[in-house]
Amino acid sequence: MSLDSDDVKKIANLARLQIDEADIPDYAKNLSNILDLVEQMDAADTDKVSPMAHPLDAVQRLRPDAVTEENQREHFQEHAPKVEDGLYLVPQVIE
Amino acid sequence: MEWETVIGLEIHTQLATKSKIFSGASTAYGAVPNTQACAVDLGLPGVLPVLNKEVVTMAIKFGLAIGAEVAHRSVFARKNYFYPDLPKGYQISQMDLPIVGKGSVEIEIEDGKTKIVGVTRAHLEEDAGKSLHEDYHGMTGIDLNRAGTPLLEIVSEPDMRSAKEAVAYMKKIHSLVRYLEISDGNMQEGSFRCDANVSVRPKGQKEFGTRTELKNINSFKFVEKAINIEVERQIDIIESGGKIVQETRLYDADKNETRSMRSKEEAMDYRYFPDPDLLPVEITEDDIRSIEKDLPELPAVKQARFEKDMGLSNYDAAILTSDKDLAAFFEEAANKSGQAKLAANWVIGDLSGRLNKEDKSITDSPITAEMLAGMIKRLAENAITSKMAKEVFDAMWNGEGDADQIIEKRGLKPADSGEVEKIIDEIIANNPDQVEQFKAGKGKVMGFFVGQVMKASKGKADPAQVNKILSEKLK
Amino acid sequence: MSLHTKNLAELSDKLKNKNISSVELTQYFLDRIEKFDGDLNSFVTVAKDHALTQARKADEVIASGKAGPLTGIPIAQKDIFCTQGIKTSCGSKMLDNFISPYDATVVEKFNDAGAVMLGKLNMDEFAMGSSNETSFYGPVSNPWNTKCVPGGSSGGSAASVAARLTPASTGTDTGGSIRQPASLCGITGLKPTYGRVSRYGMIAFASSLDQAGPIAQTAQDAGLMLNAMAGFDPKDSTSVDKEVPDYTADLGENLKGLKIGLPKEYFGEGLDSVVGDIINSAVEQYKQLGAEVIDIELPNSGLSVPAYYVVAPAECSSNLSRFDGVRFGYRCENPKDLEDLYKRSRGEGFGPEVKRRIMIGAYALSAGYYDAYYLKAQKVRHLISDDFKQAFKKVDVIMGPTSPNVAFNIGERSDDPIAMYLSDIYTIATNLAGLPGMSVPAGFANDMPVGLQIIGNYFAESRLLNVAHQYQLNTDWHKQMPENYR
Repeated sequence: MSLDSDDVKKIANLARLQIDEADIPDYAKNLSNILDLVEQMDAADTDKVSPMAHPLDAVQRLRPDAVTEENQREHFQEHAPKVEDGLYLVPQVIE
Repeated sequence: MEWETVIGLEIHTQLATKSKIFSGASTAYGAVPNTQACAVDLGLPGVLPVLNKEVVTMAIKFGLAIGAEVAHRSVFARKNYFYPDLPKGYQISQMDLPIVGKGSVEIEIEDGKTKIVGVTRAHLEEDAGKSLHEDYHGMTGIDLNRAGTPLLEIVSEPDMRSAKEAVAYMKKIHSLVRYLEISDGNMQEGSFRCDANVSVRPKGQKEFGTRTELKNINSFKFVEKAINIEVERQIDIIESGGKIVQETRLYDADKNETRSMRSKEEAMDYRYFPDPDLLPVEITEDDIRSIEKDLPELPAVKQARFEKDMGLSNYDAAILTSDKDLAAFFEEAANKSGQAKLAANWVIGDLSGRLNKEDKSITDSPITAEMLAGMIKRLAENAITSKMAKEVFDAMWNGEGDADQIIEKRGLKPADSGEVEKIIDEIIANNPDQVEQFKAGKGKVMGFFVGQVMKASKGKADPAQVNKILSEKLK
Repeated sequence: MSLHTKNLAELSDKLKNKNISSVELTQYFLDRIEKFDGDLNSFVTVAKDHALTQARKADEVIASGKAGPLTGIPIAQKDIFCTQGIKTSCGSKMLDNFISPYDATVVEKFNDAGAVMLGKLNMDEFAMGSSNETSFYGPVSNPWNTKCVPGGSSGGSAASVAARLTPASTGTDTGGSIRQPASLCGITGLKPTYGRVSRYGMIAFASSLDQAGPIAQTAQDAGLMLNAMAGFDPKDSTSVDKEVPDYTADLGENLKGLKIGLPKEYFGEGLDSVVGDIINSAVEQYKQLGAEVIDIELPNSGLSVPAYYVVAPAECSSNLSRFDGVRFGYRCENPKDLEDLYKRSRGEGFGPEVKRRIMIGAYALSAGYYDAYYLKAQKVRHLISDDFKQAFKKVDVIMGPTSPNVAFNIGERSDDPIAMYLSDIYTIATNLAGLPGMSVPAGFANDMPVGLQIIGNYFAESRLLNVAHQYQLNTDWHKQMPENYR
């Protein structure tokens, strides 16, 4: 699969990554190469193979419903980029 | 052209657990911002989710209650999108293997008939935080207390054909989750909210029209209004030659209009995939059976029992079982008074009317079930008349004590038969014309006499007794 | 006093016998870091005060007679493990200002064991790399030749142990990130079975592949480290609730009758012939120790790099979404709106390799491509895993090279992602399958170390360590030290 500059822009937008215009051709080339590598998978016949999401065939353990966490707001917000009145601030969200 | 509306609902109901779905932080409502957002809820680097057992149990209860298949293997997936109230940049939800599969509920529709509405699936997911739009120097504040609160998303089939049906369905699900005690259903606090998928098509057409999704409606009243206004909008567009755009719309209750949020073209690509931090949930047949054993009596079963064992009409039983607390109130009043039918009438009639008028729920009623039962008992043994009962009811509502205290304090007592006979004799003597009419076969005149007698006795006469004596005297 | 040539057990004896205090031992290694790390750049943070405080506490414990095997022993942590109050950068500008408010479970466990943390080790940014060149803090040098890379992503962990700036360290291995740098730096590294060591507090790269493990001078030391690290953690749903054996208990078992599988796919095209010769002579050594060698096939091995470069980026694209400039980490200056905040914070905070992988992952999961890439990769993963299942019906361990070449020059592959990815061609499959694997020093090619890879069955860490230890009893490759750091 070969990606062009528009594809790179679309993907970068999907992943919310600012990419300098000048770097886009380089990304396009590298990402295309990686996809070529990845597409070697097509050689494998996987029609009858089930997908494997986890290395171990285990099941989810369940936690009892109990409150175990205390308020640590000041501690968590000590190094936060921008807080006021205990709220994390972001540029205005318009709905 | 005649149009048909097609509606499907996605209901998000917060599950009433103590702690969050994937962390040990409290879910209590109304805490100071970000004081109930722990490291996991904040999505700090390195943290991991661990599933709360209770949410699984609650989802299974719901599945059993709607006769759905409960999955033996259920998987959590990540729904990826960026939003400030979504700390991890993805929401842990379910995609391919939801915990609850196809089921259905029965709703009452306008002409007293019932209708089955299909539930496509119900899945577990985590709630997001809240964006506070008050102005922080032109910025938005983020409170993540709600992030990670467990939600059960209940997705219906597009089976509803009017806003009224949608409301009936929503009420049914609301009643169910409260019966099951899996949600407090508190709509003001956002514990129960819905998205409505709405489309219209010419009556008789098979294919669905293009739908719009109305987001985040949090009251029964608004669901009805929002759907109706959206249906009107869609029909207007089509009839004037336009096309419906598939998009997400927001209902503005103040202006009673819906407006576009974002169209699906520019909609996000959520990139769902199985969450590698969580393993498949395994639910055994034994797990399901043991949860089934502990299920509370469900509305349909309760309704049947009220009809069969208590002799209530289908209509009364349906109303009384529409809400768990209402049913419990009625049942206590009926048992304590031994008068199911009377209790049903009072609960559905005067009590509900009064609660409605004062915007109170049954749990806030100043008259307890026991107090109501006390009054009904006196009424049933003719210790008071119906009119006196209403007086007692009002006094109880105003906190003047229980029925017996009020009866005694106010000296309430029905007139004795001697007094009643005396009044009847006078009225017969004063109204010879009406007596003639009655004798000529005009039965209706009986009502006139009873009314006159009740008026003259100032409500102290017992209507049944009045009827009996009148009939004898007019022969 | 050449304390840096001693292994953990020897150091522990010296501490218990009061030949030396933990404070002295800690200062000794802090001095070595000060002296040598300017060239190597293996540490991102040297936690001097923290280390000395821990050492003083350890000395009290030792005085009270309650010391365990790691009490008072200095170690260093890969900078991927969250350490409360100490910067946890993950090798990224994104977290250059991140002071973790909590400790990773692995860190807690070492604290409980009384170990002393000297500092945090350099690594490829978010563990994405095989040369330690993607770090925001600059490349780490290989102590055997400072022009060469140490491998990655645990490059600082391997280089610091190779130069004996710390007696042992921790690493994480998503596609070879413990074994490959251990191989390139001539030391011993172990990636345990997936789920053996808690991932809580270990900043996630690819959640279904990541696993923490020890990097040390010997197999015995790795066993002692794993004893402290391993175990069930209720905070990690994927951690396994299985008893933790004493990983040093079986080290002495002889290897008579041990069945070693040699996959032909690990000795084919792409393997440096000198490296191949060294691996073969290591296998000969095992034969002399009584082992039996069996030729096996892992027919889908060639698909492991392609499958990995879908699975790992897909998971990372989602795992790294939380770095958005809102609650922690880097935030761009004066964002003009929300989109700008996201795009610039992430665009400026992440380096190019991280961005490439996020984009590959986002693409592989996006509408229309999910089946062809992500689902396909998961199926291929199943095939690869089944290959190993078949193999382990016939053999006890699998051996081969850890890396196809010795350490390459800094800058040699940094512009060619594909060439870089192929550095992990022999290590990636074990991560996809979740199996444990080790790298053990087995010789030198062109004066640079070569590692022997030993892969075991699920939870066979004791066996792996036993197999490695017996080799180390009969060879001294693991005792070789780079000249300039002796």
